[in-house]
Amino acid sequence: MSPVAIEVSGVEKTFRIPTHRVDSLKERLTTFNQQDFRELRALRDVSFEVERGEFFGIVGRNGSGKSTLLKILASIYAADGGRVRMAGRLAPFIELGVGFNPELTARENVELNGVMMGLARRDARSRLGAVLEFAELEEFVDLKIKNYSSGMLVRLAFSVMIQSDAEILLIDEVLAVGDASFQQKCADVFYEIRESDRTVVFVTHDMTAVEQYCHRAMLLHDGELKAVGDPGEVARSYLRLNFEQAPASSDADMGGMADITLADVWLEDGDGGRITNVEKDAHVRFGATLEAQRAVEGPSFGFIFANEDGVEVTGFGLGLPKDMPDRLEAGQRVHLSGEIENRLAPGRYVVKCWVHREHNYANLVLRSPHVLDFVVFGGEAAGVVSLDHVVTATVEGP
Amino acid sequence: MNAEPASAELREVGGPSALGGGRSRFFELLWLMSVTEFKKTFFGTALGYLWSLVRPLMLFAVLLAVFTQIFKVGSQVPHYPVLLLFNIVLFGLFQEGTGGSVSSVLAQEGIVRKTQFPRLVIPLAVVLTSFFTFSLNMVVVFAFMLGFGVTPMWTWLLFPLILLPLLAFVCALAMLLSALNVRFRDVAIIWTVIALALNYATPIIYPMKIVPEGFLKQVLLANPLTPIFQQARVWMIDPGAYSPFTIANSPWPLIVAVLIYVAVCVLGVWVFNREAPRIAEQL
Repeated sequence: MSPVAIEVSGVEKTFRIPTHRVDSLKERLTTFNQQDFRELRALRDVSFEVERGEFFGIVGRNGSGKSTLLKILASIYAADGGRVRMAGRLAPFIELGVGFNPELTARENVELNGVMMGLARRDARSRLGAVLEFAELEEFVDLKIKNYSSGMLVRLAFSVMIQSDAEILLIDEVLAVGDASFQQKCADVFYEIRESDRTVVFVTHDMTAVEQYCHRAMLLHDGELKAVGDPGEVARSYLRLNFEQAPASSDADMGGMADITLADVWLEDGDGGRITNVEKDAHVRFGATLEAQRAVEGPSFGFIFANEDGVEVTGFGLGLPKDMPDRLEAGQRVHLSGEIENRLAPGRYVVKCWVHREHNYANLVLRSPHVLDFVVFGGEAAGVVSLDHVVTATVEGP
Repeated sequence: MNAEPASAELREVGGPSALGGGRSRFFELLWLMSVTEFKKTFFGTALGYLWSLVRPLMLFAVLLAVFTQIFKVGSQVPHYPVLLLFNIVLFGLFQEGTGGSVSSVLAQEGIVRKTQFPRLVIPLAVVLTSFFTFSLNMVVVFAFMLGFGVTPMWTWLLFPLILLPLLAFVCALAMLLSALNVRFRDVAIIWTVIALALNYATPIIYPMKIVPEGFLKQVLLANPLTPIFQQARVWMIDPGAYSPFTIANSPWPLIVAVLIYVAVCVLGVWVFNREAPRIAEQL
């Protein structure tokens, strides 16, 4: 067993949210009554250990306390109770590109960031070459980064973080941007770090990434530690948590666990690798596994793709194969897979899922507003989809 | 099994603080941030540094015209134009250092909320930047002094004894104001008014000699900036001017000034230290 790199014991954090925020001296002096606070317990008695060299994932829904925990680890927030101990030098960033000054060139920013990481200025400068090489930005070294594209900026930021020699890295959702080749590079680096002596705490919503990179993972829910251990196991608990909660908000009364549950859902590329980022116009394969908890007559399954604005762009629905009885027995599993023509405009998408019984829309078995999200990148497009078009121009008149 | 690297030892994580992250990192960051900021004013615009010199010079020209042509205060004071310019530049250090740092922590929100950053660096970098500008301005002031016939004196060597207490005062105020401004967003507005009042409560455009005896004079003397500026005048420009002790008659106003000075310094350090761990949450 490796030595412990991060030890968190009994960490508590409560935010006091004033019902009416007093943020001026004038108000403070003219308000006589005691202020009212609503208490939000962001972390409740969280304890875990991360070993040296581990790639450790933290997953949880929005507002589950993941980011608060990361901020406490990074000494950005002070914990109200409990103790955090660490062995080794920590990269003090939790987000990429923080501390970049848009008015400065890449050269100056790399130096500034290096110093923030605790390097001496000379060492920070000497790393410039390696950072730029990895980011593939050598020719833009003296360009002010306010003139960088967002992709270039992320490459630079990622590179700065990776090239630092910190022994502990805290990473909060990073891999959403960049073109395909840079993403591949990031993935390679993650695998490399995974095998190295460096310790990584990785916060994400992306269960694929958790299973891909993490040695272990933990699930936070409402500030409490729900599960810790095998990443696959934790990812499944996370999905279960997501899907279990959905019916409660829907009008169908499921009374506990739904009769059919979604065990897994994913997108894959042509080679069968799971992906969360899809290049525009590239074909993608869709896969899902559903499990019947109780017998269900005449089930039909549907998936809807909605964009960031909540517009349902496309979707499909299907039932069981015609050549078998139209009924699922308890414990039976259904695998859905197939190719999807990808006409989606670049942006972030959310996949919703529903299941009906007896092929009737009124008989909702399962409705999950968010089972998967992914990003379509590359290119530009007006509107929400890009359709094939054969349009030519002709000129008429004198 | 004792071949473990030194870093394998578990150390308690202290949470955010004013100085967090090691001393060398603190000073490297402080230096780099202020140099960066200074470079930005220096190279950022076409006229660069000239802009930061134009402001005190314009103010100087206006005040000089008003107080030598209209109010005739200046005519009784030896080397009045030089003294005026010197005072304006010296007060500029105070004004820029404190006024710039008030909203500095708010302005650096991104850094404060997303990195473990020694919070104290932020206001102090503003003070250091204004000190750089001040140093360049002083070159111009010295040129004026020589041009206007102020003879070089050995007391010029005592200038650091003026600057050090002034800078310490500015730093303490910068800490106090920047920390308070996170909690109460109107501190910045209130401070502009107080700074303006201090501008007139310090012998910048008038000599202490013409202030009538009485309560007002006691108040002016209790302003910690007054003895600093008065002593600067004696050492730098006019050895014949009264020292703060002579002007005060009794030591009491000066004792009050020292008490205020010490109180502000202690309060600044205390408030900043107390607020530093919570700043990220309040932004």
